[in-house]
Amino acid sequence: MSEQKLLYTKSLCAGYGKKIVVNELSFELKQGQILTLIGPNGAGKSTVLKTITGQLSAISGNISLCGKSIDSLSEKDISKQLSILLTDKISTERMTCGDIVSTGRYPYTGRFGILDENDKKIVKDAMAMTDISELYDRDFSRISDGQRQCVMLARAIAQEPSVLLLDEPTSFLDIGRKLQILTVIRKLAAERGIAVIQSLHELDLAQKFSDTLICIKDKRADRIGPPEEIFKSDYISELYDIKDGSYNALYGTAEPAAAKGDIKTFVIGGSGKGIPVYRRLQKQGIPFAAGILHENDVEYPAAKALSALVVTEKAFEPISAENIDRAKQVIKKCNTVICCLDAFGTMNKGNKALLSFAEEENTDISYQIPPNIL
Amino acid sequence: MDKNRTKLYTGGFVLLLLLAIILFVFNLSFGSSSLDASDVIAVLFGKSGDISAKRIIFDIRLPRTLAALLLGGALACAGFLLQSFFRNPIAGPFVLGISSGAKLTVALAMILSMQFEILLGSAALVSAAFIGALAAMGLILLISGQVKNMSQLIITGVMIGYICSAVTELAVNFADDSNIVNLHNWSMGSFSGIKANDIKIIAIIVIIGVSGAFLLSKPIGAYQLGEAYAENMGVNIRVFRVMLILLSSFLSACVTAFAGPVSFVGVAVPHLMRSLFNTSKPIILIPASFLGGSCFCMGCDLIARLMFAPRELNVSTVTAFFGAPIVIWILLKREKRANNE
Repeated sequence: MSEQKLLYTKSLCAGYGKKIVVNELSFELKQGQILTLIGPNGAGKSTVLKTITGQLSAISGNISLCGKSIDSLSEKDISKQLSILLTDKISTERMTCGDIVSTGRYPYTGRFGILDENDKKIVKDAMAMTDISELYDRDFSRISDGQRQCVMLARAIAQEPSVLLLDEPTSFLDIGRKLQILTVIRKLAAERGIAVIQSLHELDLAQKFSDTLICIKDKRADRIGPPEEIFKSDYISELYDIKDGSYNALYGTAEPAAAKGDIKTFVIGGSGKGIPVYRRLQKQGIPFAAGILHENDVEYPAAKALSALVVTEKAFEPISAENIDRAKQVIKKCNTVICCLDAFGTMNKGNKALLSFAEEENTDISYQIPPNIL
Repeated sequence: MDKNRTKLYTGGFVLLLLLAIILFVFNLSFGSSSLDASDVIAVLFGKSGDISAKRIIFDIRLPRTLAALLLGGALACAGFLLQSFFRNPIAGPFVLGISSGAKLTVALAMILSMQFEILLGSAALVSAAFIGALAAMGLILLISGQVKNMSQLIITGVMIGYICSAVTELAVNFADDSNIVNLHNWSMGSFSGIKANDIKIIAIIVIIGVSGAFLLSKPIGAYQLGEAYAENMGVNIRVFRVMLILLSSFLSACVTAFAGPVSFVGVAVPHLMRSLFNTSKPIILIPASFLGGSCFCMGCDLIARLMFAPRELNVSTVTAFFGAPIVIWILLKREKRANNE
C-alpha cells in the first residue's frame, strides 16, 4: 500500500486550447510523498496544476488518479480523492470561516449539504490542525491573508483527499505563516499518507519541504529529482536564467551581482566579520577583492558572490606562502585595505602577514570590527 | 455558536411568516370598501354568507393578493439565483433587462394576437415571456464574458432593459387604440389584471421553479467559492450553470407574463434577507427570499392601492421607491469595503 501510485501522468501535454505550455510531462506521486513544481514565472507550473484539476483539458497524454484514468472518473469520484488550494482570491459575503471549511465536506453530505456530527468533527479537526479553531465564527472576508490561507487549507483537509494539490500555497505570506503551512502539509503527508503536489516560488522552502522536485523550463520538465540533486552546482541559476546576481544552492540565499571594474579596495575578512563590509561596498558599487579566505569559511559564499576577486586557501590548511604572495600582488594595486579581523589564529597567520605588508606599503588602512556579527 | 444560529434562523422565519400572514389579511381587508379582519377570515373559511364580501374577496382581492405573494416570491428567488450566477449582489431580473426582454416578447405576442383576433392562453403568454427572458439572458451572457467589472455588467443590463422597453413602446403605439389601455397598465407592472384562473398556473410554475432552486441550494453554496472550487467539490459546472439560467429565466418570465416588469424586488429582497439572517447559505436564503419577496410585494401592492385611492399606482413605482435605495446602499457598502481592503 505504501508504494501505491496515487497520481501519475504519462506524456501529458498541458496548455490553453492548442497552445502547448508544458510538453510530455511524466511523473508519479506516491502515498505520503511531496512533489513540488519549481521554475520561472510563466513556465507553466499553474498550467500543469490546472490540467490535473480539470480546469484545463489535457491536450494529450494521460492523468491517473488512484489507479484510474481521470477521464473515467465522475466529478464526485474525483472530489473524494483530490482536494485543491488555489491562488484565486475568493470574495465572500457573510460567510464564516466555519462555513468555508464546511464546504470541504460537500462530496460526503446529502442532497441539501447538511453536516452530521461526524462531518462537524472533521471540520473542527481540520481547523485545529491549521491552528485556526478560534476563527470558526469569524467572517471570512474580515481576516488576514495568512489566516485566510489557513482556512482554505483546512477546507482542503476537511475534504479528506488522497491527493492534495496546492498552487503556490505560501505566496504573499509572512515567513512564520509560510513555515506553518508547509509544516502542516508535511504532517499530512507523514501522518495521513496524503500525496501532495504543489508549486512553490520559495526555492529554499521547496528544497527543505519536498521529496521530489520538478523543474519546469522551456515548455518541459527540465529535470525531475530529489532536492539534493536539483540544488547542486549552478543548476538553479541556469533554471531561472539568473543574470543579475547569483543563487547559493547550499544556503538557499540569493545575492546581487558583484561590482565590476578596477580593484582599488582589499578586504581582509573571515568568520563572517567581513560580510557587512562586502554588502556595503557592493551597494556603493565599489569593486573590491577579498581574502585570504578558507574555502570553508562561513563568509566564503558571500565573498564569492559579492567581490570581484577572492584569494582563497583550501579548507583546514594554514595559509600558504603562494597565496600570501597572490594577495600581496592584489594589495599593491589597491589604495585602501579594510581589515575586519581583531585576532588571527594559527591557521590564519597569513592574514596577519598580509596586514603588516599593507602597513609597509603605506596603504590607507581602516579597521572595521563590527560588533556582534554572527 | 451553532445554537445561536439556529435561534436566529427560526426567529427570522417566524417573523417573516407572521408578516406574510398579516399582510395577506390586510390586502384582503383594505380597499375601496373596507372589511374587518374577522370578516375576511370568516369569508375565507366559508363561515360568512355575505355575498358582496365574498365577491370582493374571491373575485378581486384574493387573486391579486395571491399573485403578489407568489410572483413576489418568485422574483426574489430569481434575483437570488442571478446574484449567485453572476456572483454579483446587484444582479436581478429587472436590472439585467431580463424582465424587459420578457415584456417585449409578451407585448409582441399580445399585439399580434389582437391583430389576428386570437385569444392567447396563459401558457402562450408564459412561453412568449420565457423566450424573451432567455434572449435577454443570452445577450447578457455574451456581454458578461467581455466585462469583468460588476457595475459594467449592471449598466449593460439596464441598457438592454431600455432598448427592450423602447421597442415595446414602439409596438404598443402601433396597436389598436382600444387595446392599448390594458396593455399599458400591464407594461408598467401591476398585479391587478390577474384572474382566479391564472393563479393556478402561476402557482404551479412558481412551486416548480422555487423548488428547483431550493434543490440547487447545495451546488449554489459550493459555487459561492468560485468555479474551480465548486468543480473540485464535485459540481458539474456546465449542467449547474444551465440549470441556473433556465430557472431564473423561467421564474422572471412567469412574473413578467402576468404582472409585467416589477422592479428591484429581485435585488432588494435577497439583500435584506442576507442582512436579516446574517448568512449567505442558499438553503436559508432561498426560502427566506421567497417569503421576503411575498411580503415585499404584498406590502407594496397595498401601498399602490391605498396611497392615492381611488387612484392606483403601478406596483413597480412603489417597489422602485423602496428597492432602488437598497441598491444604492449595497453599492456604497461594497465601495466602503473595497476601500478598506
